Amino acid sequence: MRKLGEKVLITGNEAIGEAAIKAGCRFFFGYPITPQNKIPEYLSYRLPQVGGCFIQAESEIAAIYMVFGAAGAGARVMTSSSSPGISLKQEGISYIAGAELPCVIVNVMRGGPGLGGILPSQADYFQATKGGGHGGYHMLVLAPSTVQETADLMADAFDLADKYRNPVMVLADGYIGQIMEPVEFKERPQKVLPPKDWALTGAKNRPRNLIKSLYLDPEELEQHNLKLHRKYLEMAKNEVRVETHLTEDAEIIIAAYGTVARIAKTAIKMLRERGIKVGLVRPITVFPFPYETFAKISEKVDNILVVEMSLGQMIEDVKLGVCGKAKVHFYGRTGGMVPTYDEIVTQIEKIVKEEVA
Amino acid sequence: MKKVFERPKSMFPVPTHYCPGCGHGIVHRLLAEVIDEFGIREKVVGVGPVGCSVFIYNYINCDMYEAAHGRAPAIATGCKRMHPDLIVFTYQGDGDLASIGTAEIIHAANRGENITVLFLNNAIYGMTGGQMAPTTILGQKTTTSPLGRSPKREGYPIRIAEMLATLEGATYIARVSVHNPKAIIAAKRALKKAFKIQIEGLGFSLVEFLSQCPTGWGMSSREATKWVAEKMIPSFPLGEFKVPRSEKPVK
Repeated sequence: MRKLGEKVLITGNEAIGEAAIKAGCRFFFGYPITPQNKIPEYLSYRLPQVGGCFIQAESEIAAIYMVFGAAGAGARVMTSSSSPGISLKQEGISYIAGAELPCVIVNVMRGGPGLGGILPSQADYFQATKGGGHGGYHMLVLAPSTVQETADLMADAFDLADKYRNPVMVLADGYIGQIMEPVEFKERPQKVLPPKDWALTGAKNRPRNLIKSLYLDPEELEQHNLKLHRKYLEMAKNEVRVETHLTEDAEIIIAAYGTVARIAKTAIKMLRERGIKVGLVRPITVFPFPYETFAKISEKVDNILVVEMSLGQMIEDVKLGVCGKAKVHFYGRTGGMVPTYDEIVTQIEKIVKEEVA
Repeated sequence: MKKVFERPKSMFPVPTHYCPGCGHGIVHRLLAEVIDEFGIREKVVGVGPVGCSVFIYNYINCDMYEAAHGRAPAIATGCKRMHPDLIVFTYQGDGDLASIGTAEIIHAANRGENITVLFLNNAIYGMTGGQMAPTTILGQKTTTSPLGRSPKREGYPIRIAEMLATLEGATYIARVSVHNPKAIIAAKRALKKAFKIQIEGLGFSLVEFLSQCPTGWGMSSREATKWVAEKMIPSFPLGEFKVPRSEKPVK
């Protein structure tokens, strides 16, 4: 539908769908939930056009296991949902991580806990980055802050999933999902990825393949977990992505990701006009987290303000990176409330005043 | 001399972990025989359950998934949609299929997924030590229905075959038993028919096997087969509940 290289005005949710198709994804299994409905709606007509398969599953749980089945059979496959639905998927994500299957999971976050609300939130950060299901695993988690970046990261997400045989989450929020912005689906060089010789395709001319996560022998399970752990260390070594914005001369740093980061950029512009030199560190991967960037920046500045659409989740990772070398402040709105640039400006001015006093 | 009996080629030459008198070994063997007879081993993908038969992949030599509890039909759906040319089956117990996995089995059947389901009903949770199952019959004592299942306290046993047969999407639904040789022969006939329906692309097929669990029931093997005949079959009548439109069901 959308030609490569052409700029089109579409919502983040539609960009997710189209970028998945461009990345070769041919299978989508999902369940309706606001504010991500445009993703399944878009793919329900686009996938059949390219010979793909769309199923509206009976539940989020069934959807994630259809993903498990298709991923295990060698497909490029994804699901999408929003916070309460992602909670339902956690069992399956743990099994997918345990069985080392590649897939992409999109979370268009909304307010919680419980049924919560339907407006944007970033309160699923812990769930996304610390292993939301049981057993101690990690997804690789990408957090876009514009519709263009969402499209770009979707394409990367499928490659990363295949590279590591691991679930990859694109962690967006209700804003990213529903705003319209110009997007260009870029021509991308074909990545060389490991062959899927482990996939279940019928045991013809080879020993049969097994996809499983049960290891009753504790020594064997420990070895399996160590293998998974080495994979997470590899991700931390190779895949960390972070944007630094006006950090060179900055005296105060704002740390924010996703939608909040773009609001912070406006606040930084206003603050600089008032003579306060503020910069931004924006994690693009929230797992693996850019600890190193925060370690380095905390050598140069005394104050870091973390801004989130939650009451403080990413701040824990920022503190781990800073390791006591700078003061870490926090400002957050929650429940679907979004911090404004004026609020961020006020917070920074408060920090400046305290420093002078 | 002519060889008249041998281990099916689709079965690994290993002893099973099942208790003496358990029906799983019989149903595994029927499955392997059917795979051999259709010559489809290289095209078969199986999905194992959680329960006593979680290790089915140690016995059946084909590509296999190990599913989470109850989710096998969703996994089979994902696989079959990716590879419509493969033959995909799930193997599930009554806790797996009739309790935690009711949504998945109902909707896979209703979508008419072209897969085959082997559903082993032994009226109890075997692997976890004999707790009440959704299929535990009235009056049956288990470790979590110590007074015997009463409709007032625990409700009635679920009849999966009858329930799924009401769905437009299901093509073939049968209930068989493996408590004596005659029943086993009939069971194999039904299983072969179920696979044939999938091979011909006719849609969803499920065979429910009534099976003995001497350990879980606290009986000898002989008592257990008798209990299937005298107690289980009256609660779960045998027969075909849904057949392709061109056929009449065998009662």
